[in-house]
Amino acid sequence: MSDVHDNDNDDTARPVSTVRDSGTDAPGTTRTGTDLQTRRAPVPDRFEDPGLPPHRPRMADTDVAAAKRAERQVAFLFFLSIVGTVLTIVGYFAVPLRDETDAGRVLLSNILLGTGIFLTLFGIGTGAVHWAKTLMPDHEEIDERHQIEGGPQEQAEAVGILSNGIEDSGIGRRPLIRNTLVGALALAPLPAVVLLKDTGPNPEGVLAETLWQADTRLVTDPTGTLIRAEEIPIGGVVHVQPEGIEESSHFLDEKAKAAVLLIRLEPDEVAPEALAGSFAGIVAYSKICTHMGCPVALYEQTTHHLLCPCHQSTFDVLQNCKVIFGPSDRPLPQLPIDVDGDGYLVATDGFAEPVGPSYWEREQDLRRMTEES
Amino acid sequence: MSATTAPAPRSAPQSTAAKLGGFADSRLGLSGVVRANARKIFPDHWSFMLGEITLYSFVICLITGVFLTFFYVPSVALIEYSGSYEPLQGKLVSEALASTIFMSFEVRGGLLMRQIHHWAALVFVAATIVHMARVFFTGAFRRPRELNWVIGAILALLAIVEGFAGYSLPDDLLSGTGLRIAAAIILAIPLIGTYIHFFAFGGEFPGEAFIPRLYTIHVLLLPAIFLALIAAHLFLVVLHKHTQYPGPGRTNNNVVGYPLLPTYIAKAGGFFFIVFGVIALIAAFVQINPVWAYGPYDPSPVTAGSQPDWYMGWLDGAVRVMPGWLEVNVFGYVLSGNILLAAVVMPGLLTTLLIAYPWIERLATGDSREHHLLDRPRNAPTRTGIGVMALTFYCLMWANGGNDIIAIQLNLAINDITRFIGVAMFVAPPLAFLITKRICLGLQRRDRERVLHGVETGQVYRLDNGEVLERHAPMSDYDRWTLVQHDNYVPLEPGPATDANGVKRKGALLGNVQRRLSRFYFEDRVEPVTPTDLAAAHSHGAHDAIEGHDDPAAVEGSTGREVGSGQA
Repeated sequence: MSDVHDNDNDDTARPVSTVRDSGTDAPGTTRTGTDLQTRRAPVPDRFEDPGLPPHRPRMADTDVAAAKRAERQVAFLFFLSIVGTVLTIVGYFAVPLRDETDAGRVLLSNILLGTGIFLTLFGIGTGAVHWAKTLMPDHEEIDERHQIEGGPQEQAEAVGILSNGIEDSGIGRRPLIRNTLVGALALAPLPAVVLLKDTGPNPEGVLAETLWQADTRLVTDPTGTLIRAEEIPIGGVVHVQPEGIEESSHFLDEKAKAAVLLIRLEPDEVAPEALAGSFAGIVAYSKICTHMGCPVALYEQTTHHLLCPCHQSTFDVLQNCKVIFGPSDRPLPQLPIDVDGDGYLVATDGFAEPVGPSYWEREQDLRRMTEES
Repeated sequence: MSATTAPAPRSAPQSTAAKLGGFADSRLGLSGVVRANARKIFPDHWSFMLGEITLYSFVICLITGVFLTFFYVPSVALIEYSGSYEPLQGKLVSEALASTIFMSFEVRGGLLMRQIHHWAALVFVAATIVHMARVFFTGAFRRPRELNWVIGAILALLAIVEGFAGYSLPDDLLSGTGLRIAAAIILAIPLIGTYIHFFAFGGEFPGEAFIPRLYTIHVLLLPAIFLALIAAHLFLVVLHKHTQYPGPGRTNNNVVGYPLLPTYIAKAGGFFFIVFGVIALIAAFVQINPVWAYGPYDPSPVTAGSQPDWYMGWLDGAVRVMPGWLEVNVFGYVLSGNILLAAVVMPGLLTTLLIAYPWIERLATGDSREHHLLDRPRNAPTRTGIGVMALTFYCLMWANGGNDIIAIQLNLAINDITRFIGVAMFVAPPLAFLITKRICLGLQRRDRERVLHGVETGQVYRLDNGEVLERHAPMSDYDRWTLVQHDNYVPLEPGPATDANGVKRKGALLGNVQRRLSRFYFEDRVEPVTPTDLAAAHSHGAHDAIEGHDDPAAVEGSTGREVGSGQA
């Protein structure tokens, strides 16, 4: 086989020897690449390892006074640790917190205890290290390494033991046992997966449902007061939630979908497609970002941009909250509003599409909502 | 007590120590363990302390975490706050937040333990990553340590998950916003995402189930996995014996350093106390995660400049840089590419490459020997370049995670920063690769230069003919060895794809991949100096004379011309 390959006597394309001791290669071996050296005649060997350099004694090894000094330094550090322990315990009892707590006391307690524990630990640590570095023997010692893998004989013995064991079990000779065992083991985790089913309900389209529907009145978030249109100045912003949201059984779950932002524009600034759902320049949009669900709570009055502080998706209120920058793909859904007989702002309908971040079935839910309305 | 008294034998059966030792040995067989391990040699280098910091900060988290569990209540049931923190008086907060604020303000040392726990967690992840970088750049992942590299990579990933779980527990406004984002990532998973979300949260977001579940994961499940993996990690370190940096007397077949007892125990044990002490000091003076100031979680309000813990920053930055049009419709279903690419595909791909790296490099070197001597990073220019390339990408993403902070601090437009990083994420990493590789090659050339021509001494001589020379002192054998000891890899030539009869060879495709990869790695290289090179360099006439003689008079009269034109 080897006669057909020039530098390779293996019958696969894998190389046999790969690392070249510098200088031992015959000229011409380096056939590819920009060899950054000029070619050389072969030379016998590399440099030789000169072995460990001679040991250099430390001050404390040769000078008794220096050793004594190091000893005192180590002892001082350990003593410092004792001081730290005392400080910690004193600090604990000297600064009680329960009766009257003000920020200053908490801060003082934190600093006293923290500094005390620091001294306790740091003293021990630096003392031990200083001891090791100055006084413990610093002669470098040598351990020999042994090959991790066993020799051919050990490997053969191990293989023998294993195959004998497998042979003794009879698993190779009795395929019926083997196959049913494999099947049983493969199926055994299934109950563990199935049992997790009751960790939560199925989605059932609830992600598309919010508390908003026709005639739901708008109240301020979080105080819950009803809103009259004339109370909102032009350029004003009000954080809004549906009336009665506190009574719902999963208050925060509902709020995570129903939070709305009310903005009053000049009436002629409202985007044409948003006009129908607006009242006297007041527009209402879902406050839940269509990217990952953070509240889009930052409103820039001069540009009429809404900015999500999590990932900076930017929505232009003048363009019906279209995305003008950032990772979001969809505009914020509009909540259609009007005023009721008492002059309070009220939703004329729910959202026309699911609010918040996308999910796999969102298009299906949207189609269903469109059909229902 | 003079010469007449025989010294008491140290192992006298009467001594208490001997009795204790005998007790332990007869029940645990300790004498064999002590004999085999007590004088085990550990090599010394500052970069080996990075792994120690990782381990120690994990232990600190365990210790302080136990204290926190004594006070924390893993429940999001809403209660009226009546503790000592005035601004929240009478407000509805979850028990989780109330108990966190209680332990901060009304338990002595509670705030300190919380802050030590949080700082230690940040240090833990940071030390993990820096330790990993050290292992990568020095080639410590090579055979026989590939599996330990894999264990380490898994630990690094789990560290990020564990950290995220931990800072989500107080149920404050910031952590709740973080969970909102995690929920959206789950929702973005195709096909089963919505179901997984409903099972994980026990319904809709935020629900009441998630915090208690996360608590179990944070304090029980993940720590147990951590302990098992760390035990395996350390066991393999002992089994393989620690790697060491190259130098005189340090070979691939030995370990040079200090014995476990007493030196290494004192140093490494002492270092645990130092790490713990320093983190305690930081926690004493530097506030972290003041949850009371953020207030209870509510899906409606949010603060500008919301930032996760630092190790989540790169994922957050990746999410921020994605354009919205990556969200597409697939047969009537929504595929949120803008979220998936950044939060699932990109980290998944990088992790896979990270775990596979030892085998990728082995394909390029074709080298399956055991390696116990570390590489100096310059001696593996391509690997070092790849590492810096990855770090550059990581840092760009991380920077984009703070694009809002950067915009405010530097008075720049956030849109410009994001767009810039959107381009730089493709351009900068390859550039970093090229520059790093060139720097490595340059450093290698400088090493060659130093070996061949010695070290500049600053002693300048003028010859009779007016020529000025600087004396170069030859390197000592010890100094030189460090610069010339490394292996010299050349591109592999796995042989032609077809044999002499035109028949396709087995493994030819792999051979081709291997050839290309190997060329990519080793085509550009600077080879270590050989004795022949040195001899050739020394035969440049007067140069030698000056190197060899301290007395400049000895070279008087020689031409010295060769020196000035040195390499001509």
